[in-house]
Order: sequence, then C-alpha cells, then structure tokens
Amino acid sequence: MDRRNFLKASAGVAALTGTAGVSAPALSQGAAARTLRFVPQANLANFDPIWGTQYVVRNAACLVWDTLYGFDDKLEPKRQMVESEEVTDGGKTWTFKLREGLRFHDGEAVRAQDVAASLNRWAVRDGMGQMIRAIQEEPVSAVDDRTFRWRLKSPYPKMLVALGKNNTPMAFIMPERLARTDPFQQVSEFVGSGPMRFVRNEWVPGAKAVFTKFDQYVPRNEPASWLAGGKRMNLDRIEWIIMPDPATASAALMNGEIDWWESPLTDLVPSLRRNRNVQVDIQDPLGNIGAFRFNHLHAPFNDVRARRAVAMALSQDDYMRAVVGDDRSLWQTLPSFFTPGTPLYTEAGGDILKGPRNIEAARRLLAESGYNGQPITVLVAQDQAPLKAMGEVTNALLTSIGMRVDFVATDWGTVGQRRASKSLPGQGGWHIFHTWHAGADCTNPAAYLALRAHGDGAWFGWPKDDAVEAARDKWFDAPNLDAEKAAVAEMNSAAMSHVTYLPTGFYKVFQAWRRNVSGVIGAPIPFFWNVSKS
Amino acid sequence: MLAYIVRRVLATIPVMAFVALFVFSLLYVAPGDPAAVIAGDQATPADVERIRASLGLDRPFLIRFGEWVWRILQGDLGVSIFTNLPVATMIQQRIEPTLSLMIITLILAVSVAIPMGVIAAWKQGTVIDRTVMGFAVLGFSVPVFVVGYVLAYIFALELDWVPVQGYTPIKQGFWPWFQNLILPAIALGTVYIALIARITRATMLEVLQQDYIRTARAKGAGQRNILFLHALKNAAVPIVTVIGIGIALLIGGAVVTESVFAIPGLGRLTVDAILRRDYPVIQGVVLLFSFVYVLVNLMIDLLYTILDPRIRY
Repeated sequence: MDRRNFLKASAGVAALTGTAGVSAPALSQGAAARTLRFVPQANLANFDPIWGTQYVVRNAACLVWDTLYGFDDKLEPKRQMVESEEVTDGGKTWTFKLREGLRFHDGEAVRAQDVAASLNRWAVRDGMGQMIRAIQEEPVSAVDDRTFRWRLKSPYPKMLVALGKNNTPMAFIMPERLARTDPFQQVSEFVGSGPMRFVRNEWVPGAKAVFTKFDQYVPRNEPASWLAGGKRMNLDRIEWIIMPDPATASAALMNGEIDWWESPLTDLVPSLRRNRNVQVDIQDPLGNIGAFRFNHLHAPFNDVRARRAVAMALSQDDYMRAVVGDDRSLWQTLPSFFTPGTPLYTEAGGDILKGPRNIEAARRLLAESGYNGQPITVLVAQDQAPLKAMGEVTNALLTSIGMRVDFVATDWGTVGQRRASKSLPGQGGWHIFHTWHAGADCTNPAAYLALRAHGDGAWFGWPKDDAVEAARDKWFDAPNLDAEKAAVAEMNSAAMSHVTYLPTGFYKVFQAWRRNVSGVIGAPIPFFWNVSKS
Repeated sequence: MLAYIVRRVLATIPVMAFVALFVFSLLYVAPGDPAAVIAGDQATPADVERIRASLGLDRPFLIRFGEWVWRILQGDLGVSIFTNLPVATMIQQRIEPTLSLMIITLILAVSVAIPMGVIAAWKQGTVIDRTVMGFAVLGFSVPVFVVGYVLAYIFALELDWVPVQGYTPIKQGFWPWFQNLILPAIALGTVYIALIARITRATMLEVLQQDYIRTARAKGAGQRNILFLHALKNAAVPIVTVIGIGIALLIGGAVVTESVFAIPGLGRLTVDAILRRDYPVIQGVVLLFSFVYVLVNLMIDLLYTILDPRIRY
C-alpha cells in the first residue's frame, strides 16, 4: 500500500468510526443511574414461576408478580396485596379482602377472580397448597371483585405462611386468563401486578432479561422488609445479564460494566475485595445446607444401620472445606436439618454428627447391616462445583469405611433424570446423590420436601418413617411458637435417627456490587426495591 | 458447472436427513431429562412425570421423530421446551453475534496468517521463520479461554481500551460493535492463525522449489511478485481447503469464546440447550451448523475452479 492509499484507507476508517459514534445510542447520566445491570445466579430460561420452580425464575418473578402476603426478615408473613383477612367457622373459613388500587401491567384491575384462579393453579403444584386442597370444602372463590373466600373442612393454622412463604412455588397472583392455564403447562404471557414489568421483546433467553418500572404500582406504606412492606422502585430499568463465566463477571464488575453480581465464586472474592469500587458481603444470611441423599429403596441403605454407619463417619468439616474453603466465617457444622439462627432451629437428636468421627465403629455397624461389598453408585454432577466437591469427599468417606464406590461422574441434567429412577443401582438407578437446600427452605417443615418421609410420595430416595411424618403433622397443628419448637425438635430427632438424609454442613455465599449502588441487602432473594444507583 | 452446483445442492438433502436422524437418535438415547430441570429441586417425582407427559416426552421415538421431521419439512424448527419461543426466533436472536465474530475472526486470521506463512517460507531457516513457527506452536497449544482471559485482563481491565464482555449490535454503530468483538476475535483467531500460517508456509516452501519460480526469477521478476503472484496463487488450493476446514474449528471455538466474553451467540445457545436438554433447540442449531458446513464445502469446491482453472467439474 502506498502512502496515498494508506491515507485514503485511514480516512475511511475514521469516517466510519466517526459516523458510528453519532449513530450509537448514548444513555444520559440520569438514565444510566436509573438502569441497574444485574448478573443473576443462573439463566432465566423460562418465566412461569408455577410451571418451573427454579430459584432464578422465582427471583425474577418477585419483580413482576405480587403476592397476597410476604415474608419479612423475621420470617413472618405480612399483608402485601391483602388489606384484611377474617377467620371464622372455628378456623375453617378464611375470607380475604384485597387492598384498593391494585392493577395488572395491562392496566386491568386486580380482581378476586384473578386471585382465586391463581391460588387454584398454585395449589396444584405447591406442597402446602396441596395440603389445603386436600382439606378444602370447595375451591377458593371470589365473593365480589375485592373479596375471596376459602372454605375448609378442618382448620389450617398455617394458611398465611402458605400464601406468603418465599419457597418455590410462591403464591403469585396472575390475571385470571393466565391463571387458568394447566399448572403443568407454561403461561403464554408474563403479565403481573408487581413493581416491574417484564419486557418480553427484549428477552434473549440465556443472555438478557429486561424489567421496567410499572408506574401504576402502589406500594404499601410500611417500610420494606424482604417480601413485605412497601416495594418502592428507585430504578427505571433492571437488566439481568447472564454470564456463564465467573471470571468474566468478576472482570465486568470491576470494570463497571455490571452493577451487581448475585453469586460470585468464593475464589474470586479476594480480588473483588481489593477493588475499591466494589463491595462484597454475604448474599443470604439463611445460607445453604449441603445434602447427602440416600436411596432408601435398595440395599445397603434400605437398612438404617448402613445409613447410620455413614453418618458416624461423615465429617462435615471435610465437606465444608471442600465446598467453601478454609474461611470459617462462611460455614459451620450442622447437627440439624434446620437453618441455624432461625426461631425453630434445633439440634435435638443430632449427636451422631457431633464430635470425633468413629471410622472403626462405622465399619462394624456397616458389617452388621449385612453390606456385602456391592458397588455403591454415587451420582456426582461435575458441572456444579459444590456437588463435585461433595462427591469427591463422599468417595473418600465411603472408601474409608470399606465400601466399594461406583463413582458416576456426569452432569446435573443427568443426575436430575437418574435420581428419579427407582431401578436397582446397577440397572440405571442409584444409591447416593448430593444437592443443597436453600436455608430459607429449611426454616420450618412447611416447604421442606427433602425432609419428608412418606415413602413413595417423598422426595428422591423415597424415605419412609412414620415418626418423622407424625412430628411434621404436629408442627402444622401447633397453636403457638413453643408448640412449633417442640414439634420441630421431635421431627429433627426422628429424622436423625432414621437418617432421612445427611446434612453435610451449613454454608453461606457472597454477593458483590459496585459502591455506587445502595440498598442491597442480604436475603434469600435479591430484592431490588429500595435499591438505587448514583 | 451449473449442473455440478445443482448436483451438490441436491446431495445436501440426504446429508441433512442423515444428520437429522443421527441428532434425534443421539438425543433420544442420551441421559438427562428436561422435565426434571423445569420442575426444579422442590418438585416431587410425580410433578416431574406430569411435566414430562405434558411436553410429550413420554411418547414413542417414531412418533416424536415423525412429527419433528414433518415440521422441519414445513420449515418449522419447533418450539423450545423451556422458553416456549420458536427455535427459529431463538436462532435469529443469536445469529448476528456469532456471524460477526466469525467474520472478524476470518478476516483477521487470513490477513495475518497468510503474510506470516509467506514470509516464513521466504525467510526459511531464519529468526523470522523460527519466530513465526514458534507463534504457530504457541497458538496451537494455548487454549482459547486462556488467550481470552489474558487479553481481557490487559486490554480491558488494565488499559481500559475495550469492554470486558458483551455484544453491541452493528446497527448501534460500527465502533461499539467492533470494540466488543476485537478481543474475542483475536482469542478465537489465534489457533486459526497458527493453522493457516503453518499450512501457508509448508505449501509455499513446496511451490518455491518449482521450476516456474526459478524461471520467474530468471526473468527478473521482483520478490513481491514472485511470492504473492506466482507462488501464493499456486499454493492457494490447500490454503483455501484449510480455511474451509477451519470454519468447523471456528464453530467449536465460538462456544468457548462466547462464554468467556459473554457474547449472546449461537455457541452459548447450544451449550445452554445441551445442559438443559432443550431438544428442539439442540436439533435446530445442529441442523443449521451442518447446513452451513455443507454450504462452506460447496463454496470451497467452487473456489478451486477460480484459483486453479485446470480444475473442472
């Protein structure tokens, strides 16, 4: 290229880039300050919180759909869409009145008919909803446009917990036309009455989801506390940006390309902390409980002695160091199935998980159980870091007590399918898999599906123990906190004795955000109300 | 020539049919269950079963395959199990970033690698040659994601010249578009540059030994003319072949590059769909990639006739 041609080409590039500069949209400083770019824990691949119960769907749904009641930070249900409620007929009839001024994003008023249809759909999918359905005299129905009623055959004291809990699926309220959709089919529109609208035409599943402020939303007057109180939006637009690579998300946060990252990898936290523009703190004070899940249908774990042998040898320290690391402020051992620091927490019956581990005694008990050296099929999801780490520790644990391990290294999608199989472990079934439960789901027995022990209908592994179920029933009937505590202690003790599953420890994870963002709180769900950006 | 093109286009039909059958069968026997993913961890086995039934995943292989083929024949790639969006729409949302990345990578790779290979051949045995070959070995050895992280660290985090991640559509301006793509293109292009540079060098070395090159030199032709007019033109067929093969490499590399730089392209769509077992999306994307690959091969075959007039079909 000669000099003249070079100059021509350079001018061409300059013109092109110059023009581009003009054509590129630029956000004003004010608009940028009212737009929050958030990296969620996972991809928002679908958006019906009743049909799909992943946490990420629930978290996004909290922006778009409102609930009748909401849990506050003391885990108590408070009124949200409801103005008042009345319990009559000896606790068997619940009558609710909606507050005034509630509107859906399409401009229509929220009516009791919408609520009735929504609750009827939710109740098919939710554990507590199913309990209510089982005792209902008739399905919930509208009395007038603002009043609805649920008539039961027997009292259900935990009604407000059911309607306000933050465990999936939450009782979100949708327009009647959507709520009439089969609970096992997806809704076709995403219209709610929450503080933000979902911008469907900007949704690129796996990449981006956009929410804009709903101007007609009327927040409650009380101060916001988790899902309760006034959900006041200081942001006009929230962009959820999906970033599968943690290193990229970390760099993007440090570079100011995103504002808030829901779940940074623990390994990356030290470098984030060194950045003076980034704030790091615990994401959720209720944390997570690691879980070691047995298949109760097949030998050797159909014998409680084999399960106890594993429990005697299991070191939660080993699991937590593998999952979280050496930072003791992030984890603790957990001789309980319930979330530490919450009102119903108990260690009753948890001695088997305390103190020095007794490998020799575990070996003897295993031999008593009749374990004959058959391979133990352990499903280990390699694409989920905590589960991979737990799988490695379990491999060493089982080997140490003399078990032969068939270590099935696979992905979470395959574990999700295979754990549903009741076949023999060598024929497509399994003996052990790992998961974790959000601490928010383990504060009481209400939505604690993993702790249920009603056999065929129970969670994967199908444990069966009448004592666990009886204690659970007592909690539902408990008239006060003391009675609830007693019931939960009994349940914990029974489940420890039965070894329904094994907690591998309690741990917390971080969240990180730019220092120009204020109002971020530690909670089981990322709450955007009262968050602002300067 | 026209008859040849028609023949080749028709030949794509059985190829695509085979790909369709293969992909569908593979996914049918592969472990994993989208219903379990949709239902989430709080669902009971019974819930999972009902979702599976509602998605039609409990029906026999032949019925599902027949329905899918029938829809494909009508130009309908189906609907994503998860998003409920048409697969065609999801591909359309993602195709621009991937195409942009591939085009920039191709331009970058060809414009850097061919001169490198030519110069290395010309300066065979010298420091320049060894440097180029050293780069080629390095380019082959270092994984795309490592190159990506290093580039992002230096040029985005330290120097703040370009963004760390993301994609800006070209309709929002050339420069923002280019800024988002230059690092991914370099990261993705490194292995490609290494491959083309090596092939170019090897082919050029062979051509430079030919009699007609000696004749050109004897006639007093300049070095540049000899290298780029006489030698490179005759070395072009294997180079173009490698470029064509490399497009498959690009498709594979795009999966990693798009993840590292958070580019919402087809590569990420494919990985997400595989992890979730979103069968219609996997099938649609694989069909598309296969079609593109068949098309690229056809174009390369046609290009041969332009580069070497002795080749006739």
